[in-house]
Amino acid sequence: MNIGDPIIPFSLPGVDGNTYSPDDFSAKQVLVIIFSCNHCPYVRAWEDRMVQIQADTGDRGVQLIAINANDVSKYPADNFQNMQKRAQEKQFNFPYVFDESQEIATVYAAQRTPEVFVFDAARRLQYHGAIDDSYEDPDAVQHPYLRQALDALLNGQTPVVASTPPVGCTIKWK
Amino acid sequence: MKIQFLYYEDCPSHEAGQQRLQQVMAELGLQTPVEVIKVETEAEATRWGFIGSPTILIDGVDIDPPPSGTPPALTCRAYLWQNGRFSPLPSPALIRRALTRALANTQSATEVKS
Repeated sequence: MNIGDPIIPFSLPGVDGNTYSPDDFSAKQVLVIIFSCNHCPYVRAWEDRMVQIQADTGDRGVQLIAINANDVSKYPADNFQNMQKRAQEKQFNFPYVFDESQEIATVYAAQRTPEVFVFDAARRLQYHGAIDDSYEDPDAVQHPYLRQALDALLNGQTPVVASTPPVGCTIKWK
Repeated sequence: MKIQFLYYEDCPSHEAGQQRLQQVMAELGLQTPVEVIKVETEAEATRWGFIGSPTILIDGVDIDPPPSGTPPALTCRAYLWQNGRFSPLPSPALIRRALTRALANTQSATEVKS
């Protein structure tokens, strides 16, 4: 996807038993799609920050959705049951949904986990890439790309940094 | 002492992992050559017992031995640091402990021989 492209709709099962689509959050000013998974250490390094970002920005009109598209036959740690466990263990405060067919990851041209797509109120892509610039140490972050993009959009501005290389594991394709 | 650094190309942590290993070795004054091994297939992962990238073996022993039964995999490896955080890289402290232990074992073996 390119900056400015419209969101691609989906309808995917969540770990809480509900099915989620972008339209469920039409009242939200900003929608953040994060391709994620269970086993990847980059995701594990960043997932507390994902929870914190949702907690910090939810009231201001931001909604995160995490999508796991990995091939669970080769990576059973990423199966739906383990997704449910992870969501409970980390107390995810956003939907965690399963793209079993990998169709959505394919049409988004997602490559890594985690990989962030931020859509504005008109559901146009405004930021794509990494969460920030320090997976290993949250205290060493110098460029909180996602937070900066969210702040800009919530203030009616365009993110200064619209794109960064996503850093993480490759999506495990079938 | 034999040091082997195994990695999977698709995982971006291997360059930083090699740098970290070299940095800790330099701190310890170790000039042992590191054998860098690229794991490219599932068969190779199985042969090496490679559970993720990067993996560091010292005298054939994993610096962070995984639980038995951990399946081989062509993916990034998660390291749990002592501060409770996960990282795609082993901590310098973990590498240092493993190298120091191996050095001690090498010295003990030398003393026994002499």
